[in-house]
Amino acid sequence: MGLLDQRFENSNIIITSMDSLLNWARLSSLWGMQFGLACCAIEMMATGASHYDTDRFGIFFRGSPRQSDVMIVAGTVTLKMASRIKTLYDQMSEPRYVLSMGSCSNCGGPYWEHGYHVLKGVDRIIPVDVYVPGCPPRPEALIEGLMKLQEKIRSQSLAKKKSA
Amino acid sequence: MLTEFGRVLIFLIVGVLFVAIGLATAWLLRPHRPYPSKRTTYECGETPVGDTRMRFNIRFYVIALIFIIFDVEVVFLFPWALVYAGLGWFAFVEMMVFLVILLAGFAYVWRNGDLDWDKPAPRIPRYERGVGVRETPLTEEELAV
Repeated sequence: MGLLDQRFENSNIIITSMDSLLNWARLSSLWGMQFGLACCAIEMMATGASHYDTDRFGIFFRGSPRQSDVMIVAGTVTLKMASRIKTLYDQMSEPRYVLSMGSCSNCGGPYWEHGYHVLKGVDRIIPVDVYVPGCPPRPEALIEGLMKLQEKIRSQSLAKKKSA
Repeated sequence: MLTEFGRVLIFLIVGVLFVAIGLATAWLLRPHRPYPSKRTTYECGETPVGDTRMRFNIRFYVIALIFIIFDVEVVFLFPWALVYAGLGWFAFVEMMVFLVILLAGFAYVWRNGDLDWDKPAPRIPRYERGVGVRETPLTEEELAV
């Protein structure tokens, strides 16, 4: 159906306020896709646990791509895993976001030169919204990245037509 | 005035409306851009193989039936054990009769061989001393194989 989805050329007060309401709702409940690939996943778990507590941002992990909004690619993307990640990203419902966490998924990290089995950056298969540097990034860095993503969502518009 | 079940009815109506309005709003507002890869079954990123409906061996049926019988037995045994002290010999005898009936059924199943799991019987080749050395000529049966 999608009554609002990219149907309006010009924004008026109703559209913009609807957009900001929707954006507020979306950024306040960023549900993550629950999967971790390598040591970054340990930091991601620590971020989700009670000490750093992403629950206060409305961020917690779901076991199904159909229910998740953001995919946190936490760790080394091996070539075997790359096709799975593509499938998982495809199976997520829109609007969907990708946060690339750590050097490995940003650019290949320590496997950049000689890693015959590692994808040199997850942005080669799926569009990435936020890159979090670090090897692995501390939980504070991941939270910073998630807040950057929230800022990005706040400035988006679901109703406006994409400029061709 | 509302009756007791009137409140239950209100709960039901509010519950149905809550879910229906939530789903309808999402249906109106969501982007809808399906494509084949998005619609595939979620199998943790793997490509789904085959059908979700698969056949189970019929022998599990007997095991499941026997399990249910003993499940029910345990369901009766727990409350019985709780109030046993106050009931005395009568309850003991009653429960023993119940157990004996069940055990008789179990013995019947056992004796009938329903609990035996038919194992495949592969023909294991026999090796004896002097592997590869034949002392007797091949029998007719072996030649046929």
